[in-house]
Amino acid sequence: MAGGLTFKAGKNEGGINAVRQEPAFVRIAIIAISVIFLALFLGIPLVAIFVEAFRKGVDVYFEALKEPDALAAIKLTLLAAGIAVPLNIVFGLAASWAIARFEFWGKSVLTTLVDLPFAISPVISGLIYVLLFGMQGWLGEWLAKHDIKIIFAVPGIVLATIFVTFPFVARQLIPLMQEQGAEEEQAAMTLGASGFKTFFRVTLPNVKWALIYGVILCNARAMGEFGAVSIVSGHIRGETNTMPLHVEILYNEYNFAAAFAVASVLAVLALITLGLKTLVEWRTRVAVAQAERVN
Amino acid sequence: MARFRFKQHSVLPGFGLSLGFTVFYLSLIVLLPLAALFQRSFSKGWGHFWDAAWNERAIAAYKLTFLASFGGALVNLVFGFLLAWALTRYRFPGRRILDAVVDLPFALPTAVSGIALATIYSTNGWVGQWFDKINVKISYTPLGVMVALTFIGLPFVVRTVQPALQDLEGEIEEASASLGASRWQTFYRVILPLLLPALLTGFALSFARALGEYGSVVFISGNMPMRTEIAPLLIVQRLEDYDYAGATAIAVMTLAASFVLLLIINMLQRWGTRRAA
Repeated sequence: MAGGLTFKAGKNEGGINAVRQEPAFVRIAIIAISVIFLALFLGIPLVAIFVEAFRKGVDVYFEALKEPDALAAIKLTLLAAGIAVPLNIVFGLAASWAIARFEFWGKSVLTTLVDLPFAISPVISGLIYVLLFGMQGWLGEWLAKHDIKIIFAVPGIVLATIFVTFPFVARQLIPLMQEQGAEEEQAAMTLGASGFKTFFRVTLPNVKWALIYGVILCNARAMGEFGAVSIVSGHIRGETNTMPLHVEILYNEYNFAAAFAVASVLAVLALITLGLKTLVEWRTRVAVAQAERVN
Repeated sequence: MARFRFKQHSVLPGFGLSLGFTVFYLSLIVLLPLAALFQRSFSKGWGHFWDAAWNERAIAAYKLTFLASFGGALVNLVFGFLLAWALTRYRFPGRRILDAVVDLPFALPTAVSGIALATIYSTNGWVGQWFDKINVKISYTPLGVMVALTFIGLPFVVRTVQPALQDLEGEIEEASASLGASRWQTFYRVILPLLLPALLTGFALSFARALGEYGSVVFISGNMPMRTEIAPLLIVQRLEDYDYAGATAIAVMTLAASFVLLLIINMLQRWGTRRAA
């Protein structure tokens, strides 16, 4: 995962003296190569999404978005994210409290488990839920007897989304809380605050920006997850398709303009995510700089 | 003799509640499903597992996945390093925007990047048409798979090298220069070795991500068995054929590779922190 918030002010910022500089043509070449590389691999695809979306005109674009299956997909995406993100926030807070504030046997195993979804292919993430809740799965018969549908239905999609996104909040909070140390919470306890009061009045404000950052990343992944959700969804149009799955269906039907129309909405969401992320990173740098000045 | 204590004494409350909830959540969401995977793949015995995991089509899939991921990570190693260098050390207009955009492959849903890449690199696509003129096909070939995997791993090298570059002490370079080294010598013999842990970690992370990638690849690859079928897709195919044994066997092989890679990454990161100390 991309490194979280970088707290250090670069030592090289603000002018490097000539001895440590490459000759000008080397600098220009490196910048040019980098920009061309980014333009080729990132810029063109991004632009292409929007151009292809409007290729048949603005009317077709909005038609594709107002179409009932598309609307159902949007609703399902929002629902899955709306359940997964809050649950993962709670998990992230609980896990970071346990891991960052206590020393206990098995802590490193727990920390590794939290990172697990990053090591697992999305396809496998979906597969394991099919093996657990599917017709031939461990709980398959029991679920069928009680007429509970998880795989090929909304609960399965929510579960798969939870699995691939649960590390994001925890991974932002744990290093920060470890770095901050427990002194402030301990001080609050000595002043008579209860556990929950300490948590809400002392801990949470201190990790505010890391929490927001984690939520931004968690939400982006939750709305955009494709592989894992694809396996558990069953691709039932209008019922178990999220936006990324709907994009796939439209594309496979050669309905390119509509596919890119829905894709463009996801792309805008991605750009907003990038913007919010950069904003939070900037705010954190400001906060750290202020704290360093005070100390 | 010290008694075994599960947890060190602490005045802070909430250990039971937080650890309990965490373990419960993890067991439900992670451990139980993973157990189902391992049980299923070995349910018919070792021989059956090996047949499903190691046959012609599977081996072709592993080879493609491995080589394309490796190639993509290599491209990202070189260009990601240049990019990190330019972003950290130079000032030029648009630098901040470029820096923010580097994370696009993380933020963009894989299905979206998948169809965009497939369209661009098809024979009459934005980029594909130029390569078609020199008779090079990108879409529906292993090359296309590699292009998609390069896209998906792009941020990793940049984001691991940037902090390492920022941490470089300027004095070392000045000392090297004062001792008569040319700029290239300073770079090659002083800076590069210091950046090696970060470079290798970024490469490994990019490689690991590419190994499991599904969404960005399935559109551009064409998914032809034995030719452009990546391992994750083979798993999906087996699932659709209700060949659970086959799907789980390949999944276990993929997981094993991921875990080995994870260990290597952890060791690299520890090496990096030791170096910095």
